[in-house]
Amino acid sequence: MDAVPSIKAFELPLSVKSNDPVNGEYRRLVLAAPQDLLARCRAGQFFHLLCPQAGGETPYLRRPMSIYGFYPDQGELHFLYKVTGAGTRALATLALGDKLNVLGPLGEPFTIADDWQNLVLVARGVGLATLAPLALEANRLGRKLTAICSARHPDYLMSTDYFASLGADVITLTDAEGTSDLGNLEQVIEGLVAAGRADAFYTCGSNRMLRLLQTIGERHGIPGQIALEQQMACGIGMCHCCVRPFNRGDRQVHLRVCREGPVFDMMEAIAW
Amino acid sequence: MVDLSVDIGGLKLKNPIMPASGTFSEDLAEVFDLDRLGAHVTKTITRGWRDGNPTPRVCEVNGSMLNSIGIPSKGVGAFLEKVVPFYAHYETPLVVSISGNTADEFATLCSEVSVPGVAAIEVNISCPNIEEDGKAFAIRPSSTHDVMRKLRAATDLPLWAKLTPNTGETSEVARAAEEGGADALVVANTILSMAIDINTRRPKLGNLMGGLSGPSLKPIALRMAYQCARATNIPVIGCGGISTIEDVIEYLIAGASAVQVGTATFIHPTAMISLIDGLEDWLAGQGLSSVRELVGSVIDGEQDEAVVFMEAAP
Ligand SMILES: Cc1cc2nc3c(=O)[nH]c(=O)nc-3n(C[C@H](O)[C@H](O)[C@H](O)COP(=O)(O)OP(=O)(O)OC[C@H]3O[C@@H](n4cnc5c(N)ncnc54)[C@H](O)[C@@H]3O)c2cc1C
Ligand SMILES: Cc1cc2nc3c(=O)[nH]c(=O)nc-3n(C[C@H](O)[C@H](O)[C@H](O)COP(=O)(O)O)c2cc1C
Ligand code: FES
Repeated sequence: MDAVPSIKAFELPLSVKSNDPVNGEYRRLVLAAPQDLLARCRAGQFFHLLCPQAGGETPYLRRPMSIYGFYPDQGELHFLYKVTGAGTRALATLALGDKLNVLGPLGEPFTIADDWQNLVLVARGVGLATLAPLALEANRLGRKLTAICSARHPDYLMSTDYFASLGADVITLTDAEGTSDLGNLEQVIEGLVAAGRADAFYTCGSNRMLRLLQTIGERHGIPGQIALEQQMACGIGMCHCCVRPFNRGDRQVHLRVCREGPVFDMMEAIAW
Repeated sequence: MVDLSVDIGGLKLKNPIMPASGTFSEDLAEVFDLDRLGAHVTKTITRGWRDGNPTPRVCEVNGSMLNSIGIPSKGVGAFLEKVVPFYAHYETPLVVSISGNTADEFATLCSEVSVPGVAAIEVNISCPNIEEDGKAFAIRPSSTHDVMRKLRAATDLPLWAKLTPNTGETSEVARAAEEGGADALVVANTILSMAIDINTRRPKLGNLMGGLSGPSLKPIALRMAYQCARATNIPVIGCGGISTIEDVIEYLIAGASAVQVGTATFIHPTAMISLIDGLEDWLAGQGLSSVRELVGSVIDGEQDEAVVFMEAAP
């Protein structure tokens, strides 16, 4: 039996440095955070945010939000969020100097195996928030990265400059240009596979993309990881409200998105 | 120095603050030192393996929440092998919460978890059981008495009976639990509730209905804790909607000897630590030397029994 676990998650009030719209639907929240907290953060992990009771909204439970960026040198923790309901509307009211109570970092991060030299990241919409810090990690480890970014319209493409600045090959697909359909996406990915530029896939959120990547992965024996979402209460593994089913061997198991996830083996994930 | 220690049916706790079953696990050890707590109370387990309910399993309602987690359980074997040894690292006593579909299955599990390292057993008689058409044992005095007698015969450890607000016979059920052999009462579990999404017209919980917990539950559970303390001679552990130090003090004054904190931990994982520190400060500020001076100190005058034990709003 191991000894008593060490303290890994922290509940802290952090100051807002900025909270600006990125485009019509998304906002970027920048918090001032202590270096020792930032040093613990890993790509794929999340924080559980206590959204303020503000703007006429009264959110009660915390809201999970992926780490979009963590910069120990600047003392900054970034989130990219889409305003959808009470909690995120309340988040949108935060202004310079306001405090936000955060809990984290939580969950299991993405991993990059030693023999995964060529990474392919496939993201759409707010999924970019979750995958962005992976680009930083790939860059740090000197891995080649292709970022396939999909959006409704070129105006809603986010983080492409960011990926490019980290040396990634960026491929953009949009509904408006008619390039984001699954058939085209499959061709693009098969092209990367043929060119030997796909040792592992990273994705999140979308059901259709998961199915496609599982098919391609199976066809060529390429592994992958997926970040998944589920409604949460505690965020640290106590309540078992955030479970999803996964295939493991010949069994189906229920795993907690907050604890065993949010990053899971792409092949074990079950489309919903 | 303020004395925070309390005695719960022969089990001495260093302070009266402990987690509520289902809102606490080993995982919280990554947030603070679990040895600060008065007791450790585990999530209810059943004998066999269980899957729990369909998702979504939680939703929020006006500053409180509903849950329909159910009792996903890895079974008693895994529990004895993994969970009990984990808590052996701590001085704080371990209280194991159990449940069963039938009184006999319940009693078997009760003896199976009566092992070294377990200080008391909390029997969750507030979840639905098969023999009673899906009604909880603790809805009726007779089924409460029957199951408690079987549980009493199955163990020598202190038995805490966890009651449900889904009854119209609070004081009768409390007395039945005491007569059946309970050493303490935990009052109370969640109250059956429902929420519907008006846009999709679907229930917000995958299981249709669930249990209300959090601040909205407090006045109901507080009323029950008061009634149970008046109805019996065993300690009452108050539970329901506690999030502030004032909530803790209110329960103690009503007659609770200790309290359990549930949903508040989801909002502030360190809530119980703040409450322990806050209680000590508050008592010192009042010039009290022991938390026990507060217990049951409510000034309720000379009330008729029919008033104290009423089961409908006046
Ligand atoms: C691990 C993880 C990481 C996430 N990262 C991001 C991110 O980086 N950016 C971003 O914009 N969104 C992210 N989400 C989704 C985000 O948590 C929800 O959009 C947010 O909780 C919505 O809250 P609300 O009050 O605005 O909406 P409401 O619809 O009013 O929320 C009602 C309830 O449902 C829950 N809920 C609603 N949608 C989701 C969802 N998709 N996932 C989980 N719970 C949900 C809320 O937490 C709340 O409890 C993430 C979710 C998870 C699980
Ligand atoms: C997510 C969740 C799971 C729970 N699981 C259990 C359980 O397994 N056994 C039990 O006796 N009570 C369970 N409860 C009830 C709590 O122990 C407690 O009685 C109730 O939540 C009221 O306290 P609170 O308002 O402080 O949360 C659960 C409550 C919640 C919110
Ligand atoms: S949110 Fe509580 S276990 Fe995952």
